[in-house]
Amino acid sequence: MGTVTDTAPESGVSSSVELDCAAMSTREVNAALHALPAGSRVRILNPRGRHNLAVALDQELEIEIAGHAGYFIGGLCDGPSIEVDGFVGWSLAENLMSGTVRVRGNASECCGATAHGGLIVVHGDTSSRAGISLKGAELAVGGDVGHMSGFMAQAGTILIGGNAGDALGDSLYEAVIYVAGSIASLGSDAQVEDLTEEDVARVRSLVERAGFDHVSPENVTRVASAKHLYNFDALKEQKY
Amino acid sequence: MCGIVGLHLKTERHRESLGRLLSPMLDCLETRGPDSAGLAIYAEPVPEGFFRYSVRIDELDPAADTKAEVATLALELSQDLGSTVTCERIRPDGAVLIASDQVEAVTSRLAERRPDATVVGFGRHIEVVKDVGRPRDICRRHEIENRTGYQGVGHTRMATESAVTTDHSHPFAPNADLALVHNGSFSNHATVRRRLAQQGINCVTDNDSEVAARLIGREIDSGATLETALKTVGRDMDGFYTLLVTTGREFAVVRDSFACKPLVVAETDEYVAVTSEYIAMTSLPGIELARVFEPTPGEIHVWER
Repeated sequence: MGTVTDTAPESGVSSSVELDCAAMSTREVNAALHALPAGSRVRILNPRGRHNLAVALDQELEIEIAGHAGYFIGGLCDGPSIEVDGFVGWSLAENLMSGTVRVRGNASECCGATAHGGLIVVHGDTSSRAGISLKGAELAVGGDVGHMSGFMAQAGTILIGGNAGDALGDSLYEAVIYVAGSIASLGSDAQVEDLTEEDVARVRSLVERAGFDHVSPENVTRVASAKHLYNFDALKEQKY
Repeated sequence: MCGIVGLHLKTERHRESLGRLLSPMLDCLETRGPDSAGLAIYAEPVPEGFFRYSVRIDELDPAADTKAEVATLALELSQDLGSTVTCERIRPDGAVLIASDQVEAVTSRLAERRPDATVVGFGRHIEVVKDVGRPRDICRRHEIENRTGYQGVGHTRMATESAVTTDHSHPFAPNADLALVHNGSFSNHATVRRRLAQQGINCVTDNDSEVAARLIGREIDSGATLETALKTVGRDMDGFYTLLVTTGREFAVVRDSFACKPLVVAETDEYVAVTSEYIAMTSLPGIELARVFEPTPGEIHVWER
C-alpha cells in the first residue's frame, strides 16, 4: 500500500490523513477513504487528472483534493464534504446523494448529472450538459455553463453565476434554473418566469452556501418548464 | 470509445524528444482504446520531388535479413521507376522508403514487386505507424520513443464500427502529409463513401473514419484550407466525432455540434497538446503552467507552423 500519513490530531477533531496518488492506485486511495472513521480529514495529493477519486463514500469526511482531477470525482457519495483545488473532468459528483462537492476551478461536461441531493459548487465554468437529469441536488456554478445545461432536470436547483449556453433547460421537469448573466438560447419547453420572493430566498440561501459574492439574488432570471412537453396526466398522483 | 493524443511543437525545444513525450500520452489512453493504436510523426522534410512512404510488408521473411530484403526491394523499385529509392528506416512491420513523389507510379510498382505491401502514409514530412495491440507494446515495438520531429498525433482504438485490423486502425493518411484520428462514430459514412466513389475516390476499408479522411483529402486537393475542409465534414457527415487532423503545417481539432466526445487542449509558449482526457497530458513538461481548455461544440481550432 502506498503513502498514508497520519498527522497530529487537532483537539476535538479526528486525525488528518494524507493520501498520495503518486504512490497509490485509485483503488487504494478509495479503499483508504472508505476505511476512515466519520469525522476524519483527508488530503489527497498529486491527483494529476486521476479519475474516480473519492467515490461512493457514505460517511462524513472532509476531503481536499490538492490539484486537478479527472472524471467522476465525488460520484455516488452520500455524506462527505469534498473540495478540489483545481479543475475536474467529466461527470463531477454524478449521482450525488448528500454532502458537498466544491471545485475551485472549472468542471467539464455533465457536471452533477443525476445528482439526487447535496450541494455541488463550481467556482469556475462548466461545459456542456451541466446538471443533466438533476434529481434533487443543488448545483451552483460561479461562471458560465455550456450548451444543453439542465437537460431533462427533474428536481432540484441550478444557479448559474455567469452566462448560459444554448438550449438551456431543454425538456425540464420540476427543476428550476436561475441565471445571473445572459442566456444564449432556451431549450424546448423551457421558459423564463417571474421571480417570486420565494425564488429570491432560495437563491440567497444558495449564494451564501456557495460563497459567491458576484450574484445578486434579486437580479437573476428564473427558467422553468413550460410544461408543454411535460404531460403526465395519465400518471397523475404518481411519483415518477 | 477511442483515445486521441496530439503534440504540436512551436519551438525547436523538445523536438529531439517528441517520441519520448508522445509514448506515455498514448499509453495513458489505453483505457479508451486497448485493441489497436497508431501514430503519425512529422519530421523535417525529405528533398523536394520525394516522399517518405511508410510501407507495411505483411510477409517479411522472419528467417531472412529484413534489411537486405528491403534493400533489394528499394533497388528493384529504383530500376522500375528510373529514380532513386532509399530505405530511411527498417521497421518491424516493413520500412520507411524515400522515393519519388509520383505516388501512383510508386504504389503501382510497389504492388507489382510486393503484393503483400501496403502504403499506410506518405508525404515529405510524415511517417505513419498503424498496428494492432496495446499502445504500450506498439510504441515499444516501433521504438516510438526514439522518434524526433515537430508534430505527432496518436490514437488508441476501441473498435465499434468495423473490424480490428491494422488497416482499420488510425491514423488514416490518404493524402500527402495528411493524418486523421477520430473518436466517435459517423452514422452516414456509407452514403458519403458512395458519393466519394462516384468521384473516383475509393476507400480501402469499411471504416467510418477513413471516409472523413478521404473527404478532407478531397477538399484539400481542391485547394481548401484544413479549416474549410473540417467545415465540410460538419456539413456532410452525421454522427459523433472529435477529430484531430494534421498536415505538414497545420494541426487542427474539431468536436461535433453536441460535443459528445471529449477533448482537452493545453497550450504553452512551446507546444499545443491535445488529448481526450487531461490525465494523458500530465506527463508533459510545463503542463502546470499551460492554458487548458475544451473546444466548444463545432468550434474549429487550427494551429499553423
